[in-house]
Formats: sequence, C-alpha cells, structure tokens
Amino acid sequence: MEALAKADFLEKGERKAKPLVLYRPTAKTGLISWLTTVDHKRIGFLYGITGLFFFIFGGLEALMIRIQLAVPNNTFLTSAQYSEMFTMHGTTMIFLVVMPIGAAFFNFIMPLQIGARDVAFPRLNAFSFWTFLVGAIIVNLGWFMKDGAPDAGWFGYAPLTTRTFSPTHAIDMWVMGLQLLGVASIAAALNFIVTIINLRAPGMTMMRLPVFTWMTLFTSFLIILSFPAITIALVEIMMDRLFGTNFFEVSNGGLPILWQHLFWVFGHPEVYILILPAMGIISEILPTFSRKPLFGYPIVVFSGASIGFLGFGVWSHHMFTTGMGTTATAAFALMTMAIAVPTGVKIFNWIGTLWGGHLAMRTPMMFAIGFLWMFMIGGLSGIMHSAAPADAQQHGSYFVVAHFHYVLIGGSLFALFAGIHYWFPLMFGRKVSEFWGKMSFWLVFIGFNVTFFPMHFLGLQGMPRRTFTYDGNMGWAEGNMIATVGAFILAVGVATYFSTMVYTYYKGERTTKDPWDGRTLEWSLPNPPPEYNFQVIPTVHARDGWWWAKGHRDEIAKEEAEHKKDDDAHGGIHMPFQSIYPFFASCGILVAAIGIAVIDPANTHDYPGFWGPKIAVTILGGAIMFVSVVLWSLEGADGYHIHLNDDGSIKGEEGHGYGSH
Amino acid sequence: MSTAAATIDHHNDPSTSTGIPNKKLLMWAFLASDCMFFGCLISTHLIYRLHPPPGTPNARDVFSIELTSFSTFILLMSSLMMALAVNAIQKGNLRSLRWSLLTTIFFGCIFLGCQVYEFRNFVFEKHLTITNSILGTTFFTLTGTHGLHVLIGVIWLSGMLIYSFTGRLTEKQAIDVESMGLYWHFVDIVWIVIFTAVYLLEYI
Repeated sequence: MEALAKADFLEKGERKAKPLVLYRPTAKTGLISWLTTVDHKRIGFLYGITGLFFFIFGGLEALMIRIQLAVPNNTFLTSAQYSEMFTMHGTTMIFLVVMPIGAAFFNFIMPLQIGARDVAFPRLNAFSFWTFLVGAIIVNLGWFMKDGAPDAGWFGYAPLTTRTFSPTHAIDMWVMGLQLLGVASIAAALNFIVTIINLRAPGMTMMRLPVFTWMTLFTSFLIILSFPAITIALVEIMMDRLFGTNFFEVSNGGLPILWQHLFWVFGHPEVYILILPAMGIISEILPTFSRKPLFGYPIVVFSGASIGFLGFGVWSHHMFTTGMGTTATAAFALMTMAIAVPTGVKIFNWIGTLWGGHLAMRTPMMFAIGFLWMFMIGGLSGIMHSAAPADAQQHGSYFVVAHFHYVLIGGSLFALFAGIHYWFPLMFGRKVSEFWGKMSFWLVFIGFNVTFFPMHFLGLQGMPRRTFTYDGNMGWAEGNMIATVGAFILAVGVATYFSTMVYTYYKGERTTKDPWDGRTLEWSLPNPPPEYNFQVIPTVHARDGWWWAKGHRDEIAKEEAEHKKDDDAHGGIHMPFQSIYPFFASCGILVAAIGIAVIDPANTHDYPGFWGPKIAVTILGGAIMFVSVVLWSLEGADGYHIHLNDDGSIKGEEGHGYGSH
Repeated sequence: MSTAAATIDHHNDPSTSTGIPNKKLLMWAFLASDCMFFGCLISTHLIYRLHPPPGTPNARDVFSIELTSFSTFILLMSSLMMALAVNAIQKGNLRSLRWSLLTTIFFGCIFLGCQVYEFRNFVFEKHLTITNSILGTTFFTLTGTHGLHVLIGVIWLSGMLIYSFTGRLTEKQAIDVESMGLYWHFVDIVWIVIFTAVYLLEYI
C-alpha cells in the first residue's frame, strides 16, 4: 500500500502522456479515496452506511406514526403530517434501507463468493452508488423546504399525484428521486449480472455458485426487467405535471388505473427484489451453523428462479378491488397461489438443512431461524390475500399492514440483520459479543411481534390503513396501544443491535480468519480482505469450494503456487485505476434533478421564451453530466499491476501509463 | 479459462468465464431492460388508442405515412452501414470504418430531421399537440422517447468517429464499436415495432 499512498495523482513521468483532466487519482486514504473509489468492498460499505443512516430516519417516522395512533383521537400529528410520515416511512424503508443494504451485500460479498477481484465495471459500480445517494437526497429534500415532504403514499396513485391534487414540488421531488433510484438500481444490477456470468473463478460453474450469489443474479434480473415499468409510469406522471399531458387526466381520456397497473408491474417484482437477497443470506447461514450442506441445492436455486419468473405475473392481486372482471381476477388469484409453492419449497429445504444438523445457536443463526418462522407467518397471511373474495375484505385494512411487515421485517430485515452479524467478522475483523447479539435478537423479536401481531386483529376488526386517527368506540384502542408499546420495544432492540455493532467496530474482540468455519470462498480471505481480494484466483473443485479446500490443503497449496507463478509471469495482479468521473456525473445529475423537480417554472414576464432558472439549472446539470461521461470514457478502463509477497503484502507495483494499450 | 495464457490483456480484454466480452453482455442486458421501457410506452399508446374521448383527432388524418415510410427506410439502411462499420473495425480498416460511421450518422440525422419536420407539421398544421388530446400525449411521448434514443446514438456515433482519429481505436477495441452497433440496431428494431403499432395499425 505504501507505494500507492504517495500522491493523489500519477508520477510526473506518466503525466506527459495525457492531459490533466485524465490523470487517475491514486489516494488510498482520506476523502478523495472515498469519492474516487472503485473497490467493490468500499462501495458496499458506502451502501451499507447510507442504508443504516436512512434506517434511523425511517424508524423515527414509524415511531411518530405509532405515537399518533397510540390512543384514540390523538393530536400528536396533523393529518397532513401523518400523510408525510407514512409516505416517507414506506419510501425510505423500501428504497433507501432494504434495497441499499441488500446492495451492500451484493457488492461486498458476491465478488468474493465467485472468486473475483472486483465487479465487471468498477466505475459503473461507483456511479450506481453516487446516483443512488443523489436520489435519496432528492426524495428527502422536501423535509427542509416549505413544500414539505411527499405525502401521496409510497405507491403514489394517480390522480392524487397530479398537479390538480398535489400542486407543490413535494411530489416532483418524490417522482424525480424515484427515477434516479431506478437508474442507480438498473446500472448496479447490469453490473452484477455481467459479473456473475463472466467473472467466475476457474471451476466455479453456475451450479456451484453459492445460493446468495444465485439470488443476487435473480434479483438483478428482476431489477432490470421491473424498474422500467415504474420509470415509464414516473415519466408519464412527470410529463403530466411539467408539460400538461393527459396520461392521467380523466377529462381528456386519461386512465388513472394505468398508473396502478404500471406501478404494480414494477411493485410486485420489487417485493421479490426485497426478499430474494434475504433468502440468499439465509441459505448461507443455515448450512454454516448446521454443519451440513444446504439441503436440495438445485431445488432452492430453481425455486428462486420460479419465484422471480412468476413474480411478473401476479401484480394485479394488489388491485382485486378495482373491478378488473372475473377472468382477470381468477387468473391473478391462481398465479398468486402458485407462487406460494416455490416459496414453500424453500422453507422445507431450509428445515431439511436444519434437520439432523449440529446446530450452533450463534446470533446469526438466531436471526436466521427467526426469519424462517416470521417469514412463514407473513407468507401464510399472504396466501390468505390470494383468494380474491377474502382480499376484498382485507384490502386497505391493518391486516395487510400486518402481512407485509411480517415479510419485510420478519423476512427481509431479520435476514439482513443475520447477514450483518454473519459477515461482520469478515468485513471488519472483529466479532460481536454473543450476549449482546442475542439480547438484541430477543428484544427485536419480541418488539416486532408485539407491534405487528395485534394488527392482524385490528385489520379484521375493520381498522383502515393510512388513517391518522380513530374514534374511541371503534374497539381498536387496546390493539393500537399494544402495538405502540411493541414499537418502542422494537426500537430499543434495534438501538441495542446497532450500539453493539458500533461498539464492536471499535472495541470488539478480534477474530481470526474464517471464524464460523464457513463453506464459501469469501471465508478463505484474511479479515478484512485486502484490496486485491485473492492473492491467487482460487480454483473451485466442489459446490462448497472453501469447505472442499479445507479437506484438500496440500493439493490446493500446490495448485495455488503454480497459478501464482503464472500470474507473476504475465504481469501480476491487475487493479483498476480509481476515477472521479462517476462522482462528477452523479453531481451533474443532482443539479439537473434540482432543476427539474425543485425550482419553480419561469414566469414568462421575467424571462424571454422558456428560458429561466429552471431550464438553466437543468441544462447546466445535464452539461456537467455529459462532460463527465465523455471524460469517463476517454480516461479508459486502464489500471496497474501489483506483485505480492508470500504473506500478501505488496512487493511492487507498476503504474500503467496512459495509452499503453 | 487458463491463467497461464501469457498474452492476456487485462485492461481491455479480461478473459471471461463464458468467452463473451463483458461489454457485449452488458449491452445485451441493458437492451433487455430497454425492451421493457419501450414495452410500457407502446402498451400505454395501444391501451389509450382504444378509448379515445370525443373530439380526439383521427390519427389517419394526422399521419403522413409516405414521409414516415421514407424515414423508416432510411433508418433501416443506417443499420446496414452500422453493420459495415463493425465489420470494418474488426478488420482494422479505419478508413472504411469512418465512411461507414459517417453514413450511419448521416442517415440517423435524416431520420431525426424527418421527425422534427413531422412534429412541427403535426403541431402547427394538424393541430395535434402533446396537451390537447390523448393521441398527442401518447404519440409525442412514445416517438419522442425513440427520437431521444436515436439522438443519443448519433452523439455516440459521432464521438466514436472523432475518437477514430486519435489513433487509439484499433481492432482490439472493436467491441466498443460492436456494442454501440448493438444499441443502434436495437433502436432500429424498436422503430419497426413503433412504426407498426402506431402508424400502420391506423390503416388496417
């Protein structure tokens, strides 16, 4: 590392070859190193930190909602503030918490699991993160403005979101922010698809991929195929709002139901985008702590594929009460029941993995088994919704709220918590205390159930969603009070969890390599993993590659020594240069997004034609982005080579000048 | 995928598990995604076409099928030139590459010019605007989005043409031209779908 940390830019000798703007930054520490990083592990870390930061926001919004609903006729929040709270709670938790924390694992873990040194397009990966951050900023900008935060629900149903009913910029920011989050997600997903298909280590055939990597691949396909639907829906609402088109203008032939269809064509695959990574994490943790290979690996993989495939054919079960007609309703009801089958198959495979295993009840395992149980409850109430007549009763009630929190907290979040615990030693070289880990698990588990189980009853008693208060004689007071108490227990649990993590990051017990006696390739690395990941690209001989290697140390050592010699012979380990342009491109997007979504349209009396601050800022942002992208492509995908000592420290490094190829 | 090959060029051509270059795979995956973008817009147009409110202009009175057929033909011919450009760079023939790229750009510009003319004609002569009817809304949004794709393609092609004069574009970078070509062909194919679903459908 010493050799690289000298200067932010290349040596003088190399400067001659190219103009100033194309020098590649080489800082390895400090702010510049983070802004220009292309290292998948650092980008994963950035995703994780950002996700956890917004988790605090989303959590506080949830607590406000629960305080407001604790007692009948409460006046803690106004109805307008309440609408902002539930809109931003949903938007934040889905797009700014579960997706980025999932992306953090995709980035950090997936390349390590397939034996790669980075993702296929490292700079595109950085661009994905920065654009995600810009989207997150735009969505949340309303809190600091007089227009207020978005308040039309996370689903943003037209025509509520049209200018007639939501005249302020709050919805513009929501629309623009979601567009950018879509761009970021699609760019990241394309990168992961290419990485998994093309950057596998020798011997890592598709049917040897760890299940988490498989789920990353399926999730990425879901993202690239479903996000366009919401992007187009958002384009249409944006056109309506900015240019007065008629997509959702009923008086001119627009059909607001189209929004619902486009939104849920995206929205239902999105549910699987949130849960498939969780299923992947669980499929890694259960075998490790059961000391058994995953039961029925091919079936688990193909179930994941069928869930992803069927996920595109069930969207209208969100719309059973819109009067689609009996044929469509029956078809979507059948598809929805069908999709429960592969999900159930997975549950049975996980139980089969546990069966007869030597269970080590460590904290990640506690969260994983909690997931299994809670996700099953959420899944069962989900099947209840698939029957259209039953759904007509439950639609828009707290029963639905209970259902999707069981799948999103009991499912996604429990798995992400399990994953953070599981991979923490690998990421930071320290281990979380078992006492505090288990304490946080029980607090979260109890708090979660106390909060959301009563909501099943509230829903069946007729309490509607998104209502900011209720009357005392409706019979909902006790259930709501219990839920609010539960929410605070959950908050204490989450606070315990993260305090433990922060403490462990600084003061936790140091661990050795492979503390859990893992099965997949990431555990073959020292912790934290070096920038180049693998000293020698591993050769994979079996499905659980690292597990196999542990039983065949001599063969592996011999093989690696040979490959290391070959590596050195043809130039050493290739590392990509860092780049500032993904960050600049995202900055341009931020400026353009502010122009489009935040600034008032020009008053034609003050400015000639359509020129005004709005257009000027938008064009400025677009220009910054365009120039950045041009420079990005001109600087090229070159890099440098490093040579290692036997202990993994860097022996030497050759900077590859510009135009060497 | 042997690590022993001494001539691996890590920067431009990492040896991949499947043998398919990364950039090509990226472009194919992106085009799959782009299919969904256009799919949603075309569906929107087709659905709204079925429910025109009273007073919506008749599409047949507005469209000029002769002009659009001509620009469609030109766009298809540009695909031929694009294919020749890819062929040229794969053989390292820069001179042929430049001529082919220039012709592709020229044809792309003709298409864009026809579209600008068509839009102006519709707005000022036929009084079909983006706001005054649902037909205008879906028509201009859909064909405008396609036009934007063509524009991006023309800018990309022009950038590549300029880059070919720096001397850094050789047959080793053929994949850069090839993935650009994939994009260009895709934009043409989408136009065939749009031409059928938006224009020809009105004449059945």
